[in-house]
Amino acid sequence: MENLQVEDRLNLKAKKFLMWLFIIASFMMFAALTSGFIVYTEGNAERGIKVLLPKAFMYSSVIIILSSITAHMAYLAAKNLQLGKQKLYILLTILLGIAFFYSQFQAWQALYNSGAYFVNYNASQSFIYVFSGAHLIHVIVGLFFLIYALIGAIRNIPQVRNVFRMEVASIFWHFLDILWIYLYVFLLLNQ
Amino acid sequence: MASTAIHDSAVLHQHDDHGHDHGHHKETFITKYIFSQDHKMIAKQFLITGIVMAVVAMILSILFRLQLAWPDESFPLLETFLGEKWAEGGRIKPDFYLAIVTIHGTMMVFFVLTAGLSGTFSNLLIPLQLGARDMASPFLNMISYWLFFTSCVIMMCSFFVESGPASSGWTVYPPLSALPKAISGSGTGMTLWLISMVLFVASSLIGALNYISTILNMRTKGMDMWKMPLTIWAFFLTAIVGVLSFPVLVSAVVLLIFDRSFGTSFYLSDIVVAGQILPNQGGSPVLWQHLFWFLGHPEVYIVIMPALGITSEVIATNSRKPIFGYHAMVYSLIGITVLSFIVWGHHMFVTGMNPFLGGVFMITTLIIAVPSAVKTFNYLATIWRGNLRFTPAMLFAIGLVSFFISGGLTGLFLGNAALDINLHDTYFVVAHFHLVMGCAAIFGMLCGVYHWYPKMFGRLMDERLGYIHFWLTFIGAYLVFFPMHFMGIDGVPRRYYAFTEFAFMQEWLTVNVFVTWAAIISALAQVAFLWNFFYSIFYGKKSPQNPWDSNTLEWTAPVKHLHGNWPGEIPSVYRWPYDYSKPGHYTDFIPQTTPFSETMSSNLLHDFEGNPEAEHIQQEWDRQNASERHNPEQV
Ligand code: HEM
Ligand SMILES: [Cu+2]
Repeated sequence: MENLQVEDRLNLKAKKFLMWLFIIASFMMFAALTSGFIVYTEGNAERGIKVLLPKAFMYSSVIIILSSITAHMAYLAAKNLQLGKQKLYILLTILLGIAFFYSQFQAWQALYNSGAYFVNYNASQSFIYVFSGAHLIHVIVGLFFLIYALIGAIRNIPQVRNVFRMEVASIFWHFLDILWIYLYVFLLLNQ
Repeated sequence: MASTAIHDSAVLHQHDDHGHDHGHHKETFITKYIFSQDHKMIAKQFLITGIVMAVVAMILSILFRLQLAWPDESFPLLETFLGEKWAEGGRIKPDFYLAIVTIHGTMMVFFVLTAGLSGTFSNLLIPLQLGARDMASPFLNMISYWLFFTSCVIMMCSFFVESGPASSGWTVYPPLSALPKAISGSGTGMTLWLISMVLFVASSLIGALNYISTILNMRTKGMDMWKMPLTIWAFFLTAIVGVLSFPVLVSAVVLLIFDRSFGTSFYLSDIVVAGQILPNQGGSPVLWQHLFWFLGHPEVYIVIMPALGITSEVIATNSRKPIFGYHAMVYSLIGITVLSFIVWGHHMFVTGMNPFLGGVFMITTLIIAVPSAVKTFNYLATIWRGNLRFTPAMLFAIGLVSFFISGGLTGLFLGNAALDINLHDTYFVVAHFHLVMGCAAIFGMLCGVYHWYPKMFGRLMDERLGYIHFWLTFIGAYLVFFPMHFMGIDGVPRRYYAFTEFAFMQEWLTVNVFVTWAAIISALAQVAFLWNFFYSIFYGKKSPQNPWDSNTLEWTAPVKHLHGNWPGEIPSVYRWPYDYSKPGHYTDFIPQTTPFSETMSSNLLHDFEGNPEAEHIQQEWDRQNASERHNPEQV
């Protein structure tokens, strides 16, 4: 009861809602990019992805799904006041996030080697870089949220705020996960 | 002494509002006026920045009007002010002409009518009319303003770079905008334009997220969605449109940046510049148009919806009548919100679009005229037989309705895919959108400024100057834009530099002279406003707490601004905001904070929304006080 009151005064509900809205906005950005891809590619034989998508994209997908699970574990730990576990899982998520980065760079490398350059007169291939690059920028933002939550847990901030930070970070991280799956499936379907 | 006591308790409130992470609370000049997190101060920052941008954009428009009216004349003064580079021999150069047309459009649409309008009134009114202490995140709100400010500064900077500001029109179509070699404005100026726009979008998005979250989560007790004033509904739906459409502009801009700076070919193909064939292949400039107008069309509604919301409030208050068709107004706004996303193709009828697709866009476009018309009729019905008070705000609201009608009608012609073949890119389009968007939205904004000035600055603006301002602007704007319809029907294209160059356009020169004089007079009329605005901040008549006898919550807050808006508890709300001239009540307005138990003599059964107990009490009271009931329906 006490907790609930504090929460209200801090406007946490309204602030958490901001995160949902932000997710909608950035989803619109990717919706625009993917529709741009369709408008561009549609009905022209010279356009299209035309290369096999690198294996690394598959590894990335596995990594980010795993990281989503660890993020959720961290959130559960935070809710159950298991601070040590929470910190561990956040750290794991951050590490997986960095691994995801690495894997995406590998994928770019592979694309480059197979002749699908970013600067390309078939912009369908350039789009692959734009999708994954824009997603990576979001991942950076996600990492900041995680680090912020980690700092909170280390500093032992009040439980309401700790759970709040953790929740916001994990909502966003799940979004990154789903977003990547969406982009990957989109690319696979257009391969 | 009383006032310090009030202030203290508000400060205290502020404290427990924000948790206990800061032990003391002292406001310095910087936290109060510059990096303020108070929504009322941020609103004023948006307004004043918006006004400054409007003045700049207006001066630009006078410059190109001079060129249009007297293409052969030389104005030595121009060379003095603009320098040899842009006005050699006192004549505007073609490159500079294109630049000022572009920057005029960009500033007016984005900085003045989006940030200046939504930023000001959403920030001011959302917490005050809903009964909240501040926004969901005051910190993000501050960031939103400073991003906007930076974006304005960057846009202004583009006047000071060697190659001049962006000059490919406010819609910056590639390939013109994508190739620095194409025109000088597509060099550094265009880069600055793009950076400025990205910051602007970030600012608008942050603002919009805050508005939505505040409206959904922070309404005071009793304020359910259907008791919200129409202003709030309008700001709410505007913010939703913004959240869904602005990110698309970011995507479009990112691709354009890659084309400009990295050599990709998203928008570029088969281009020859100065005899040289460019390597870029396979791109599609129409892709830009799709992405741009997917934002661009909703954007015009982002501009007009807040103005419509403000007008609803001002017209109801000053007609002393409930707004006609409150629910219909809300549903029209919702209809506009949804439809505004599926009409963008009407800007692209002549891009070689499949005629079937053109037909689809034509139908959706004509359908969107329906909710727009519903709103217009409801305004007229509210004014009809009202007890009108012609305050300056009311005049501007009526002006908005007038412009919205005359500009909306021409939209129907443009929305017809066949007619648009003739009308596209002519002065007819210029006339259409300046009336329906430019003038209507500016009038909505001015209406809001006159109406809520007392709320912002605690003082009243001078009415006489307000009337002068209104009549000169109203008549002037019609004289400027009405003749353009005829030019457009005659096929005169927009954005042309000199009417002397084409035989068929020469006969329109005299009209241009007339229009330019009208524009100059309307511009001078704004001096009356500027003087009135800035003078009254310091020396205006002190305003009472509720100067317009209005029902909404913001007028229950003290004139002196408090952090947290209300000194004690936030007032609760019991009724909708439009109980004006309710039969049986002794005043002609009943604020939202007045419970039904205090207005037994004027309650109607449907006020109770089907609550049987309340209905029963009322019927009981009616029976006992039958003589006091003036309302024949009730007996
Ligand atoms: C009655 C409903 C309306 C219809 C059917 C309509 C239709 C159109 C059409 C078909 C065009 C494209 C003309 C062309 O380029 O060939 C157009 C342009 C435009 N409309 Fe509307 N319109 C309506 C209302 C509005 C409103 C309410 C606004 C703004 C508040 C607005 C703002 C604009 C703007 C800014 C442009 C020009 C953009 C440009 O090319 O620079 N319109 N309108
Ligand atoms: Cu449109």
